Amino acid sequence: MGLLDYFRGSRQASASVAKERLQILIAHERARRTTPDYLPKLQQELLEVIRKYVVVDDDAISVTMEQDESREILGVNIVLPENTGSARAR
Amino acid sequence: MARIIVVTSGKGGVGKTTTSAAISMGLALQGHRTAVIDFDVGLRNLDLIMGCERRVVYDFVNVINGEASLNQALIKDKRCENLFVLPASQTRDKDSLTVEGVGKVLETLSKDFDYVVCDSPAGIERGATLAMYYADDAIVVTNPEVSSVRDSDRMLGILASKSRRAEQGDEPIKEYLLLTRYSPQRVKLGEMLSVDDVQEILSLHLLGVIPESKAVLNASNSGAPVILDDKSDAGQAYSDVVRRYLGAEVPHRFLEEERKGLFGRLFK
Repeated sequence: MGLLDYFRGSRQASASVAKERLQILIAHERARRTTPDYLPKLQQELLEVIRKYVVVDDDAISVTMEQDESREILGVNIVLPENTGSARAR
Repeated sequence: MARIIVVTSGKGGVGKTTTSAAISMGLALQGHRTAVIDFDVGLRNLDLIMGCERRVVYDFVNVINGEASLNQALIKDKRCENLFVLPASQTRDKDSLTVEGVGKVLETLSKDFDYVVCDSPAGIERGATLAMYYADDAIVVTNPEVSSVRDSDRMLGILASKSRRAEQGDEPIKEYLLLTRYSPQRVKLGEMLSVDDVQEILSLHLLGVIPESKAVLNASNSGAPVILDDKSDAGQAYSDVVRRYLGAEVPHRFLEEERKGLFGRLFK
């Protein structure tokens, strides 16, 4: 970078873009790495069970595994559609 | 019992072999009996970087297959009597390496040496996973560049799950970050990830930073590990790395741009 570039003003530094992209990507890949292999199948089977009772979308369920020092937490989050009676499928 | 060090990265071309050559020479120069093994079966290059390519008779695979003894295959370095090179086979493929075979060779070397440096091939296939399987310490060579950082992180995952230490539930492999091809000028301009950025992303203990340097190509041209070029920035940086690895407190150098006069700054 010489004098001319200095007066032209600087564009956004590419290194900060790189850092941000990497932080997002690596957080995502690490999360996937620590999840057990059976998670997608578990998610699928839970979905089938829930569908016996409630109509839900494929993406209405998320199963996550979190880990801290002393324990693992299996989290299941299901978003039920609005205004459904609990017994729609009955 | 030797300490087993793997030099790994995932990505190719980041400086694994340069680093293996420099660090093994550095450890040997400090008086430690050191063996350095090329795990890149089929694409051997450590012999060239070490400058012993014309003295290769037997290789790693010959030893594993019982076609040669370890003593026949080890090449004694001509510059330092503590250093021995075990070259990879150029004609076989990666499947010639087996967990048992590698384990046996490392076990035998462990009796005779203080340090065994394993120069890993790129990738995450057999050669790479076997290079790190028995390791006590891992030096993760990384360039300040997105694909290299990502691959290093992937390697960290493999070190933590697929090594012998991980499988047996022993104390995990000690992991060190070695940032190579670093350009303080470009960092200052915001064109390159800084050492702090990379450390923050990978959260690894920093073993050292090797600046981008002409000395590295000069060293490989002549077959002398760059650490022997003690006038060069890269050579000095590797010497620092070895001393730091051995436990000395050595401040990091070559992180800042060399100071230039006003004239130089205006008309660079």
